[in-house]
Amino acid sequence: MSNPVIQINNLSLYISNNKILDNVSFDIYEKDYLSIIGPNGAGKTSLLKCLMRIYSFSEGDIFFQGNPIKNFSQRNLAKQISYVPQSDGRTLPFTVEEFVMMGRYPHLSPFTSFSSEDKKAVRESLELTNAIQMSERLLFTLSGGERQTVFIAAALAQGADILLLDEPTTFLDPKHEQDIYHILRRINKELGITIVSVTHDINSAVLQGERIVILKNGSVQFEGEAIEIMDEKILAPAYDKDFTFLKHPLTGQTIIAPEVPGQ
Amino acid sequence: MIKKRLATLLIILFLSGAVVIIAPFLGMETISLNDLLETSLDQTKVDIFRKIRIPRTLIAFLAGAALSISGMAFQAMFRNPLATPFTLGVSSGAAFGAAMYIKIGIIFSVMGISGQLLSSFLGAILSIILVYGITRVKKGFSTATMLVAGVAINFFFSSLILFIQYVSDFANSFRIIRWLMGGFEVVGFLPVKTILPFIIIGSAVVFYLTNELNLLLLGEDIARSRGGDVKKIKLALFFGASLMVGGVVAICGPIGFVGMMAPHICRLLIGWDHRYLSVGSFLFGGAFLVFCDTISRIVIAPAEIPVGVITALLGGPFFIWLLLSGGSEKRIF
Repeated sequence: MSNPVIQINNLSLYISNNKILDNVSFDIYEKDYLSIIGPNGAGKTSLLKCLMRIYSFSEGDIFFQGNPIKNFSQRNLAKQISYVPQSDGRTLPFTVEEFVMMGRYPHLSPFTSFSSEDKKAVRESLELTNAIQMSERLLFTLSGGERQTVFIAAALAQGADILLLDEPTTFLDPKHEQDIYHILRRINKELGITIVSVTHDINSAVLQGERIVILKNGSVQFEGEAIEIMDEKILAPAYDKDFTFLKHPLTGQTIIAPEVPGQ
Repeated sequence: MIKKRLATLLIILFLSGAVVIIAPFLGMETISLNDLLETSLDQTKVDIFRKIRIPRTLIAFLAGAALSISGMAFQAMFRNPLATPFTLGVSSGAAFGAAMYIKIGIIFSVMGISGQLLSSFLGAILSIILVYGITRVKKGFSTATMLVAGVAINFFFSSLILFIQYVSDFANSFRIIRWLMGGFEVVGFLPVKTILPFIIIGSAVVFYLTNELNLLLLGEDIARSRGGDVKKIKLALFFGASLMVGGVVAICGPIGFVGMMAPHICRLLIGWDHRYLSVGSFLFGGAFLVFCDTISRIVIAPAEIPVGVITALLGGPFFIWLLLSGGSEKRIF
């Protein structure tokens, strides 16, 4: 495993006196594909927002390449880390290309138009995500899946080496879900971009992610290889729920299914 | 897309240029080019043109431009189509200052600048400080707090103005109402010079932050994740735009409509990208107010209609027509 690019040390976060994150510590490695899972309210989204410095945390520290992220200007941080938020359904009448172009913000200076480098980055990220044929369309005409693709393209255009995603496939149909995972794998493998993805989909987390962190009530419950969580002793206490491990009849893949009460 | 935008901008530039050049010749007394060239013939007309018409046109243009781009900035910052330059209470603060001056009745001036102007500007500053203070005390410096604080301050000052009017005699009460209607009854270039620094600084802030305004439209979380220092941006926009609006209102009174609608009209014409929209809003807002002021001078000449009456009468239907004539891609928010 390569060097830790982000180190989270004893991080605690309070929002209006509620403890959201409680002494969280783990490392994120270069070119990692890390999935963060856990029940609702575990603090997964808040953790991502701390990493992106959308929230300022009170205790502990986050180091990026050995320096506390507090020392970075927001602009310099954005050159290194990009973020795809949870879909809030709110869209504006920008075209896809204009929107992705706005991803270049940290590289722009006032009163200048986009450089050829900016245009190249936008074009490449649109091509990589197969969104190039949508570039003239308006954001509010896109379906949920297309919209998510465009948000990922915009984050890519930002040119950062780390991509944070908050539930990238929630609300998507199985095909679009697979499309998004396919794009994320390509980004991870071909471009070597570190991916940190918050998800509720445990099966995909095992399938996609190399490593998994489970959060519960603001603390790290588990950190390790994805394959290790296929264990009743790990999942059941994390979700307060029993799980069954099924074998796919054809591929032999393990499928994690929550147990249905009364059976 | 970009070419179409530039073409629209050029048309707006051309039309607003034409409006500004033609406006000073029109009014109760129509002035022709000949009147100006044959200097000896009619000195009165030359004086009207130089000392009244030109400053008045300039003031109207600057006020319209300033109100329009501050409205645009606030709409983006609050992500709210109903935001206006007056939403945060700057105009009520200024009106309160003016009403107090009228009520107290001690007439003074400082370096040629009238006491009424100064006290209304102080009122504007007072409201800015109050809104900023409230937003700051509440943790997080959120736009929602700022918006609510602004609206509350707005109502607070409006009540004080009503109170002052209630306890004033008819003459003072009418003077206050007339002030609230707004207008450009200026003589000479002093008001232009007084207002200019505010407008230069305020506009510079807004034009400097056009990329940031685009970001804010996407929401504060995304803006931060793209590298925008949201708090600094909001502070700069708040103070830049508010001071500019305070300066304008102190001189011209609270002229409504242009600050809310001119940006919307430009959004329909130019689109949402603030790098283009800000230029369009500046020119359109300025020219629109010059146009309305000219109409207000000639419709019932020799009397004048307060310009605030004309802006919404003309602009309202135009805006509705534009809104309905566009396809679904033409959205204001």
